[in-house]
Amino acid sequence: MFKLKSIVPACSLALAAMFATAPAHAQISGDVIRIGFISDLSGLYADIDGPAGGEAIRMAVADMGGAIAGKKIEVLVADHQNKPDVAAAKAREWFDTQGVDMLVGGTNSGTALAMAKVAQEKKKLYISVGAASSALTNEQCSPYTVHYAYDTTALAKGTGNAVVKAGGKSWYFLTADYAFGTQLQNDTTAVVKAAGGNVIGAVRHPLSASDFSSFLLQAQQSKAQILGLANAGGDTINSVKAANEFGITKTMKLAGLLMFINDVHSLGLKATQGMYLTDSWYWNRDAETRAWSRKFFEKFKRMPSSIQAADYSAALQYLTAVKATGSDDSDKVLAQMKKTKINDIYTKGGWIRDDGSMIHDMYLMQVKSPDKSTEPWDYYNIVETFKGETAWTTKSESKCATWK
Amino acid sequence: MQVFLSQLTLGLVNGSFYAMLSLGLAVIFGLLGIVNFAHGALYTLGAYVAFIGMDKLGINYWVALAVAPIVIGALGVVIERLFLRHLYKIDPIYGLLLTFGLALIAEGVLRFYFGVSGQSYDKPELLSGSTDLGFMVLPNYRAWVVIASLVVCLGTWFLIERTSLGATLRAGTENPALVQAFGINVPLMVTLTYAGGAGLAALAGVLAAPVIQVTPLMGSSLIIVVFAVVVIGGMGSILGSIVTGLALGLVEGLTKVFYPEASSIVVFVIMAIVLMVRPAGLFGKEA
Repeated sequence: MFKLKSIVPACSLALAAMFATAPAHAQISGDVIRIGFISDLSGLYADIDGPAGGEAIRMAVADMGGAIAGKKIEVLVADHQNKPDVAAAKAREWFDTQGVDMLVGGTNSGTALAMAKVAQEKKKLYISVGAASSALTNEQCSPYTVHYAYDTTALAKGTGNAVVKAGGKSWYFLTADYAFGTQLQNDTTAVVKAAGGNVIGAVRHPLSASDFSSFLLQAQQSKAQILGLANAGGDTINSVKAANEFGITKTMKLAGLLMFINDVHSLGLKATQGMYLTDSWYWNRDAETRAWSRKFFEKFKRMPSSIQAADYSAALQYLTAVKATGSDDSDKVLAQMKKTKINDIYTKGGWIRDDGSMIHDMYLMQVKSPDKSTEPWDYYNIVETFKGETAWTTKSESKCATWK
Repeated sequence: MQVFLSQLTLGLVNGSFYAMLSLGLAVIFGLLGIVNFAHGALYTLGAYVAFIGMDKLGINYWVALAVAPIVIGALGVVIERLFLRHLYKIDPIYGLLLTFGLALIAEGVLRFYFGVSGQSYDKPELLSGSTDLGFMVLPNYRAWVVIASLVVCLGTWFLIERTSLGATLRAGTENPALVQAFGINVPLMVTLTYAGGAGLAALAGVLAAPVIQVTPLMGSSLIIVVFAVVVIGGMGSILGSIVTGLALGLVEGLTKVFYPEASSIVVFVIMAIVLMVRPAGLFGKEA
């Protein structure tokens, strides 16, 4: 009894103290603006996003002067090891106990969908940058999710249309067996069929498979013209490598549905020349992107991927909105972000649609042949620019409940 | 039928890697009683020795095939002398934890210097073509992998099971004091055994380098399967690990045809069944 009596006043004192530290007029919770970043820091996607993605966010913080109206900006970084449960648990912990105001989600769609659910439950802004699955803004859309860089629909429309137009009518897919791979395959199938092509079949491989030759042989036996690689990172690299080794590139054309500059760098131009790919950004696009990329290069000795540039942009736009509203309240900041056009090194005239997609231009690129590349990391020709409105899904196609 | 044969052939190639890696594990476990979780890392390091040798020193594939096992074997000597020898008398879990830690360190260091996308290692000119087998076109390099691995595996088996050196080795682990009394330097023998196992892993790494991308993660994606192979074959059974390695490669190859999504777990399903029916493994002696 004695104990209970003393606990009650102690609790009310503690409560009073908590409220006292947050005066009613202050709009920055905990007096710190905290950005969380959860991505694959050590696995097969760690080069395209990873630790350097976190550093890109820190570059944005530095460009904002490290503080807004005297309130410090902090960046927390964690590795989800490509496990959705780990990602969701970390996100929950950060929102509940670390005072994270906005979460940037890195690569891997499985983890991204898991984090989106947590953010929605906590009513916190969640900007998914590295993940591709269009489900983030479609079947599983949330008023707190912004899908920033690209999605499977935009990738499919870009590469799918271009390849069919160039004569690649019959397709076979090599698909990573999880949320992202199946979504990319489905989205591309729809585009290919709409453009007048047909899909002969598909084989699914486990994430981080150690050998691709069996899968590739099955693809070859399908006699399709085009092998669509609905995978990413190390899996794409090993697929392309084995396809070259088994002579599959002689009978089929490869279409990398999601390839990053790091993948091309790692494989070399000899193995990748002529491949089409769709991406949201290329470091060598114009003077502005080159200038920023050289700064990035100074730090990491490699050029940024589109995701890393988008990490930077997402953080920069978020912080700009925090500055404009003087608040880190997710609803207020998101409303501000939706009102403002996005103009920075990543994109020009981008805007956030009500389903959460950030609508911006996408680029169809072709890998240069080794003799056309004039400097290290000079790998692409931009073949076509898709205007944002044509790249993403349309309102009539969308199944997002909050966008109806 | 074509599909069937070609997938079996590819299964045999993968099985060769399993056999070579599980062989090293089995030797180390059988003679030292250490569950060597660093085996995958040693395999990765072997591939990186070959890559760095080619990239920085212009060492070709054939030289790397000899140099990498020696370099990694020497690393094995250091690991055994510095760490493992203190652990023989205590619970095996410590050896497992220590080697697992070493594996994480090696992986982290490589990731820091090389990134995860990995590097390409070119095939040697001599093996760059491919042969039409009628039912499939097999790159010559893959055929070479199968032959090289069979030779190495059978050689190791012969050395340990059929020569007097092997007999001494086995006796030394059975009863070190007695063998020592015959004037044989048992600690040195144990060190060299670990180095030999490490060298085998490195050799497999060099063989794998031209086939897959050389990445810091190449070992960790393989090592778990290899452990399953050793468990299925029977911990410490040398012939068991070779036969099981090849057989599981074949089973996995077939799974990729009939139900590709299951190809990454089929080995573990088999492991679970074997553990229920024969807890000592297919070739293990019942305790």
